Amino acid sequence: MGLMLQHVDKIVGREVHLKDIDLHFAPGSRNVILGRTLAGKTSLLRIMAGLDRPTQGRLLVDGRDVIGMSVRKRSLAMVYQQFINYPSLTIYDNIASPLKLAGLNKSEIDRRVRDTAAMLHIDDLLFRLPAELSGGQQQRTAIARALVKESQLLLLDEPLVNLDYKLREELRVELQQIFALRKATIVVYTTTEPAEALMLGGNIVIMDEGRVLQAGPTPEVFRHPATTRVAEIFSDPPINFIQGRAEAGQALLGPAIRLPFSSHMAHLPAGPYTFGVRCNHLSLQSTSPEAVAIGARVDLCEINGSETFIHVRYGDTRLVVQKTGVHHFKIGSSITVYVHPCHLFVYDAEGQLAAAPDHTGRA
Amino acid sequence: MEKWENNKAWFLVLPVFLIVAFSAIIPLMTVVNYSVQDIFGPGNAVFVGTEWFEEVLRDTRLHDALGRQFLFSGLVLLIEIPLGILVALAMPKRGWGVSASLITLALPLLIPWNVIGTIWIIFTRPDIGLFGVAVNGLDLLSVPFDHTARPIYAWITLMAMEVWHWTPLVALLCYAGLRAIPEAYYQAAKIDGASALAVFRYIQLPKMRGVLTIAVLLRFMDSFLIYAEPFALTGGGPGNTTTFLSIYLVKIAVGQFDLGPAAAFSLIYFLIVLLLSFIFYQVLLNVGKGEKR
Repeated sequence: MGLMLQHVDKIVGREVHLKDIDLHFAPGSRNVILGRTLAGKTSLLRIMAGLDRPTQGRLLVDGRDVIGMSVRKRSLAMVYQQFINYPSLTIYDNIASPLKLAGLNKSEIDRRVRDTAAMLHIDDLLFRLPAELSGGQQQRTAIARALVKESQLLLLDEPLVNLDYKLREELRVELQQIFALRKATIVVYTTTEPAEALMLGGNIVIMDEGRVLQAGPTPEVFRHPATTRVAEIFSDPPINFIQGRAEAGQALLGPAIRLPFSSHMAHLPAGPYTFGVRCNHLSLQSTSPEAVAIGARVDLCEINGSETFIHVRYGDTRLVVQKTGVHHFKIGSSITVYVHPCHLFVYDAEGQLAAAPDHTGRA
Repeated sequence: MEKWENNKAWFLVLPVFLIVAFSAIIPLMTVVNYSVQDIFGPGNAVFVGTEWFEEVLRDTRLHDALGRQFLFSGLVLLIEIPLGILVALAMPKRGWGVSASLITLALPLLIPWNVIGTIWIIFTRPDIGLFGVAVNGLDLLSVPFDHTARPIYAWITLMAMEVWHWTPLVALLCYAGLRAIPEAYYQAAKIDGASALAVFRYIQLPKMRGVLTIAVLLRFMDSFLIYAEPFALTGGGPGNTTTFLSIYLVKIAVGQFDLGPAAAFSLIYFLIVLLLSFIFYQVLLNVGKGEKR
């Protein structure tokens, strides 16, 4: 049941927009499609909406192939990056428009419009025009228009990307609560931001260059990024990679650093590996006797809100260290970075995950 | 920002000020000056106050010309605006057809105005003109077509020429307005299940408001000031049936050399255009806003 994509390809001219997409979305599920710009997220949504036909493959809704079925006949709603509302209609009429077209009676329309508007906190703006509202309120209207239909499929294409930071945070929290109320709706939400994906929870699909790299429950994928590419896409700031080797119960990072194997690495055969560590797991203080020091130089110090990202260089390897609070480090000064072996992701020569840190009781 | 020590920068504005002064303010003031004097010759003028204004406002020929002018401008707007929108909607959105239609549309706009008059004289001549000969060959009209013969024929020719000449401008403006609508609006309407008519009414028309305001204002002002085309085509005839305000004005000013009345007339003419443009602008700015259920 639900929505199923089978071997979907989309080729425009010579460009491959989507390649062999196989996905299943269950009724009532929350799904995030995470990928960088041009990963094919929007192309995929357009195919799910029926706005585009796939070059190949099948799209099944409750087991029925819907390719070729008119968009008007499908039960879906969509929210866009741009704030799309009817410019000459009031907020009330904007929200009511899909219901009017569906031919509902007046009192039913009125009830649903007011309920939905209240849910999105725009109930005191009902008789204004979209152009008179702020960007956040316009997008709330567009979301209300999509929600009011109570459609089977709700598609949101980076809906918060054009809002400023504070509004984005606010709406993100609210959306999470609103989605939870829609028990029968399949929600598909695209984003480029790992933090947004983690917050919305549910399932995640990681896309890159028109392909699905990994799909599954969001925390599961976050803890076990199957390839180096997935780890890159699903971490912000980017994950640190250090080339190295595994030898006789020890990991060699770069030319000189030796780390004892942590329990999750015990099974690794000897050979070349790429070690990954998220920047919040690099620290400037030694947190335990097992942590190993890396001598590095400061390249850049970037302050982001209440976090400081320190870009350092160790040999040819560039690393980013995340530190809470606002700190200043002199560019070019030497610095010691500590890494604990229990935080290391290990990828083999093909970039496939060979070992991931244990997550017993730790996020 | 640092405050400048001296204010020499205003010298940079001086050239523009001088150009505007010589091109607009001084000539306008000269007209104001003429309008309150009776001028017999150089250095021989008498102050007459509002006499010319009163005379001009009572002139029945001017009233007739004003009526004709309103009819003409009204018809121009009624035909060109909807036709321009239709043409813009029908134009291709991609491919070679875009350039082809843009160039075709731009052609009439590139031809000098008096040349257009000449083209249409030749086109509609009953003896050699393509249109004139063809219509008369059909033998449907009780009086053979000749734009110099009957007022209605003169008007039809004039309107056809005006529409041919200026609808492309409206169409180009509307086309630009339509192209500026993000694709997502159409998708959203499609998902809502909106009909093509609803898409036009609730998306395309409101989104074209800005360019349509400009189109209406331009076409109104331009058609209200029309001179070259009727001058070349009919010279204001037959009789006075195509004598519009500017043609009448030139007859008074240049034909009869009545500078005083002509100046008063010019000022009234100017104020009418200004007032109507202001009204149009205000109406178009507010139309369709705050539609209540």
